[in-house]
Amino acid sequence: MITLYDYELSGNCYKLRLLMSFLGIDHKTVPVDFYPGREHKSEWFLKLNPLGQLPVIEDDGLILRDAQAILVYLASKYDPSGTWYPRDNPALLGEISQWLAFADGITSTASAARLHDGLFYNFDIDAARSGAHRLFRILDEHLWFGEQQGRNWICSAAQPTIADIACFPYVMLSEEGGIPRQDYPAIRRWCDRVKRIRGFTVMSGVFPAGPGKLAA
Amino acid sequence: MMTKCTDPVILNLWHPVGAIAEAAPGAVRETVLLEERLSFAVNADGEPVVWRSRSDVQGADHVPPADRLPARSAYGYVWTSLGSPPAELFPIPEYEEPDRRKLNAATFGVNVSAPRAIENFLDMGHFPYVHTDILGVEPHTEVKEYDVEISVDRDEILATRCRFFQPMASTASDGGADVDYVYRVPHPYCSVLYKSSPVDEARHDVIAVFLQPVDQEHVRAHLLLCVLDEDSEDKVIKRFQQTIFGQDKPILENQVPKRLPLDPRAETPIRADKSAIAYRRWLSQKGVTYGVIPAAA
Ligand SMILES: N[C@@H](CCC(=O)N[C@@H](CS)C(=O)NCC(=O)O)C(=O)O
Ligand SMILES: [Fe+2]
Repeated sequence: MITLYDYELSGNCYKLRLLMSFLGIDHKTVPVDFYPGREHKSEWFLKLNPLGQLPVIEDDGLILRDAQAILVYLASKYDPSGTWYPRDNPALLGEISQWLAFADGITSTASAARLHDGLFYNFDIDAARSGAHRLFRILDEHLWFGEQQGRNWICSAAQPTIADIACFPYVMLSEEGGIPRQDYPAIRRWCDRVKRIRGFTVMSGVFPAGPGKLAA
Repeated sequence: MMTKCTDPVILNLWHPVGAIAEAAPGAVRETVLLEERLSFAVNADGEPVVWRSRSDVQGADHVPPADRLPARSAYGYVWTSLGSPPAELFPIPEYEEPDRRKLNAATFGVNVSAPRAIENFLDMGHFPYVHTDILGVEPHTEVKEYDVEISVDRDEILATRCRFFQPMASTASDGGADVDYVYRVPHPYCSVLYKSSPVDEARHDVIAVFLQPVDQEHVRAHLLLCVLDEDSEDKVIKRFQQTIFGQDKPILENQVPKRLPLDPRAETPIRADKSAIAYRRWLSQKGVTYGVIPAAA
């Protein structure tokens, strides 16, 4: 069975819980006391990931770090429909990789702001917030143009891909870092669509979609 | 414009600034209390030292005695005061019971006033909606009648006979149960709750929230656990409480206005229920002005 080294309040760990929930696959959780215990910097954890970062998974003897890399692996291996990571579509794979890298940018800005405000990390909060707004503006425009063309998801596919999963958590948690989303209506509509995907699951700080139609 | 705190009631209280378990002996930590930058350290024999931060003082040993703020350690935290604090801090007798697990679940920064956070802590009505499948679940949404008193001799608010159906009351639960609650508010910015223990029906788990006011609209929330659970690892117990607090956080941060209005007519009685009404009245009687919108005189 897949083992996830997990911290409940981590958006990067949540990416994997989300994908596994969408795919309906079981996993075992090993809790890591990221805060306040800093267990991700402990000796035993550094043996799993010398970068000292969550998440990490173990599956069939394979140890893998980095949320985006793990999304690629899990979707390639466990998604029989092949829609979350369509291995036979080079253009789409390129697009997905582009947005997976973008998701890491969201981590280093929006997530950094949240760590600063909530867990007292010593980051440059203004740089983190303005960096997040720059990325959100780009994502919002991209999603808005997509909607004009009848595209619901980040990549040019009829179904959501792992790029949607990778970008979702720290967009959704941005307010905890003092980054409001009222100026990004297309992002808000996309978040609502993600929440309505069958198998969606929440984490602390993320609530299920409300009743009724898509958010305005 | 935010001005530094001039509220004498709040200035004269003890306030928590950090967990002792997370302090390496002698290491200086920086924090903010009531808009003042403070430094604190716990020396090797467990004695806390707190002072107003200044660049010429690097370690606790170099703080001139006259510059030290009042300091004490209690319930696993360092406490200090910017005024003349009372001789005693409110009691939590259960903290001395040797078989309890005592942990700082976490200290979280929250963009909320301390009184708003206390009020949310007292409110059982949000359990099924915010802590779904843990502290509540539909259709068990009704907050049944309970008792609230302002205890004059102890100078604290006491809510008793609270009862709620909980699917997963603690890490030691093995299913849903009706859980009894008692809430105390023994300090304007601290609350202690007692809930039935799943492992011993004669005893209660104790969970406290100690709010360190950073300014009128920001706190550091220190979450103390003092629970009965022989089996779960520390990190599992912490994770349970962090999960719950993480669910409250967006609710707290979206409260409008951020400061708690003390005027009885300011908010509808549905939001401000019985214990909240008593809490607001108690703050008014004490003359608290920091973190609240005082009632018009
Ligand atoms: N690129 C990595 C970043 C992971 C990351 O930032 N993880 C956080 C927790 S959510 C962490 O462990 N940070 C500790 C550190 O970077 O030292 C990924 O996407 O997995
Ligand atoms: Fe709550």
